[in-house]
Amino acid sequence: MTNSHRRLAFDLTVWAVSLCAGIVLIAHEAMADGHRYRADNARWKAECGSCHLAYPPQLLPAPAWRSIMAGLDKHFGTDASLDPAAAAEIGTFLQNNAGSSRRVGAQSLRITETAWFRHEHDEVPGAAWQRPSIKSAANCAACHRTAEEGDFRERNIRIPR
Amino acid sequence: MRSIGLALGLLAVVPAFAGTPNGILEGYRAAGAATVSAPRGEQLFTSRHGSDWSCSSCHTGNPLARGRHATTGKDIAPLAPAANAERFTDPARVEKWFRRNCNDVLGRACSVQEKADVLAYLMSLR
Repeated sequence: MTNSHRRLAFDLTVWAVSLCAGIVLIAHEAMADGHRYRADNARWKAECGSCHLAYPPQLLPAPAWRSIMAGLDKHFGTDASLDPAAAAEIGTFLQNNAGSSRRVGAQSLRITETAWFRHEHDEVPGAAWQRPSIKSAANCAACHRTAEEGDFRERNIRIPR
Repeated sequence: MRSIGLALGLLAVVPAFAGTPNGILEGYRAAGAATVSAPRGEQLFTSRHGSDWSCSSCHTGNPLARGRHATTGKDIAPLAPAANAERFTDPARVEKWFRRNCNDVLGRACSVQEKADVLAYLMSLR
């Protein structure tokens, strides 16, 4: 093997290793996306986010979002009504980014009652939800410290005492 | 008919006074709240009106302090203008929240007089 052949073999190896590492990284990122929600809309964030975290649209299927938007004047016990322009824009955003019924389960309008949510949180003891520092399962950011940015990854969870 | 007249009157008046708590209060005066009372506003703010919630359930009995949503636990910025300069500077936003929260607490819309009294109470806090 000449020096130039050795050099070529070395270069090819470096390229091949980099390519594999790149693919692994991308695949890892794509899997992590299961707990990262990137869809964004300023009105959704401002309006939905004023009483609770602006829950990612992927957490409910489109028919559930339609029902929620149709009943905002009686929204889980409070009046959350919007002007028609805001309601239309937010409704479209939620529909366009909704989760699949198969993954989330379509039985409930409450994210915390979906099969998906229960499965994801099955290791959280029942009493933890009642802690004053958490108060409600609706309070994602109590434990998911980066929830405001749509980041629900395991590494950013701290359950307060 | 009277309430439609009032609403139209408000729509006509509010934009001209937009931007400050005083301007919004003047808008209410012009729309019929001739005598405004901060103590009456405080009374309205802290009473339950026969339901589960009062305004102070979320905004606390001290609207200069931060509040917390009674169901979701979400942090709420102070409501009194002296503690939060953003409050009562956008008439559309003010009407949206009066509409929703009066419905939650009183089970009906607030009158112009009631809104004026509550605003006067919040503006009186230092």
